[in-house]
Amino acid sequence: MKSRTFGRHIKEGSKNLIRNGWMTFASISAVTVTLFVVGAFLLLIMNINHFASSLEDDVEIRVFVDLTAEAEDQEELEDSLGDFNEVESVEYVPKEEGLEAFIDSLGDEGDYFESLRDENPLNDVFVVRAEDPQETEIIAHEIEELDYVEGVEYGRDIFDQLFSATDFVRIVGAGLIVGLVFTAIFLIANTIKLTILARKTEIQIMKLVGATNSFIRWPFFIEGLLLGTLGAVVPISVLTFGYVRFYEAIGESTGLEFFEFLPVYPLTIQTSLLLLGIGAIVGVWGSIMSVRKFLKV
Amino acid sequence: MQDVWKTYPNGVMAVNGISIYIKKGEFVYVVGPSGAGKSTFIKMMYREEKPTRGEITIDGKDLSKIKEKNIPYLRRNIGVVFQDFKLLPNLTVFENVAFAMEVIEESKENIRKRVMEVLDVVRLKNKARFLPHELSGGEQQRVAIARAVVNKPAVLIADEPTGNLDPETSWEIMHIIEEINESGTTVVMATHNRDIVDNMRKRLIAIEGGRISRDEIRGTYGYEI
Repeated sequence: MKSRTFGRHIKEGSKNLIRNGWMTFASISAVTVTLFVVGAFLLLIMNINHFASSLEDDVEIRVFVDLTAEAEDQEELEDSLGDFNEVESVEYVPKEEGLEAFIDSLGDEGDYFESLRDENPLNDVFVVRAEDPQETEIIAHEIEELDYVEGVEYGRDIFDQLFSATDFVRIVGAGLIVGLVFTAIFLIANTIKLTILARKTEIQIMKLVGATNSFIRWPFFIEGLLLGTLGAVVPISVLTFGYVRFYEAIGESTGLEFFEFLPVYPLTIQTSLLLLGIGAIVGVWGSIMSVRKFLKV
Repeated sequence: MQDVWKTYPNGVMAVNGISIYIKKGEFVYVVGPSGAGKSTFIKMMYREEKPTRGEITIDGKDLSKIKEKNIPYLRRNIGVVFQDFKLLPNLTVFENVAFAMEVIEESKENIRKRVMEVLDVVRLKNKARFLPHELSGGEQQRVAIARAVVNKPAVLIADEPTGNLDPETSWEIMHIIEEINESGTTVVMATHNRDIVDNMRKRLIAIEGGRISRDEIRGTYGYEI
């Protein structure tokens, strides 16, 4: 296509937007609402994913060493733990250190347990990390079978709960988004249908004087594209601005070391581009839907 | 045109076996009562309707075999004029004619030159900036003719071009069409205008009941209506 022609298509497409006034407004609003919800869920899901994966990194198996184990037995155990292929690291935490950390973690309350220092009830512990967090459970079971292991502990329950929660959010979000996307496509298709009806004679004449279908189609594509991308402007600005403010206010200080929100960059840029893309696709799809029928002359 | 048939999906058999040959540069009237298949016959020539059977060849191309996506290129070689002009009301005379060149992506400069040339042929050069509603019916039809021939088609098809015009204006239009024909364009014109057919004698094809009832070199209208 020649650039001059392309310029003409853009001009025609924009003219159509103005001509359709209210329908244009309705379609853009539909896209705006849709993308707003899409964007909000996107931010939520991305953060939950981030949270989940940082938690995954934190998944460790605590192997409690049998109290009766001698020093050599412990060394033997440490070696056999290290022999597992799937194990990334093994860290030895003697019971004194374990108690220290326990007391520290309680802060002031920890003072009550100071007396335990003489008669330490804790076990020596090996902290084992799996290379793949998903393997944690299998490894834990295998470790349980080893000699001098009193027991193992790993955070499976939290893990399962977290994943069922994120799955729930994903499913609800996806359902909502699909519904809204179709509403938006439908509205855009209708707006463009209005344009086409208003320009029926023009299209007919274009066909009679030998315009190709793609030549006729282009202005409508552009109209759809504009509807979609214009609809993305408000959600992108509101969500970006909102997230920045939100992050500034509480992002960095959730109080939980393993739960951090994703930083503003590049998250907002990614979401914005994605929203823009979805808007464009929705718009073009809507126009394809309504133009197709009309070109069979 | 070889043994052409057209049956509409609703069962109406509009054209039942028409075979004609129109030479390059010829001027042909197509006459016949309403509903005789005249319009279908005309529509098949610019491939708005597809024949159910038979073949139509224009300039060596078989219209019934032409692919959907190539129809636009076929139409660039055929100019069409209608009874109701089909001008775009928001565009000026110049723009209406230029429109036909724009859609085939001609350069601005070529468009300007050629449009003025054609407007000269239809004697509307001085009204290039007018809008269609500011013109008389005859003038509007002249704009439509200018648009039809601006891309130098081999064939000009006119579907009752004088149907909405008074006799005097009709003659004006006819003289222009004749002029275009004399410059080498084949003209096929469907008409009900007895006065014109009888006084500007050309080859005449009469269609009745979807068949050719007469084909005369310098025919007269011949019906008593």
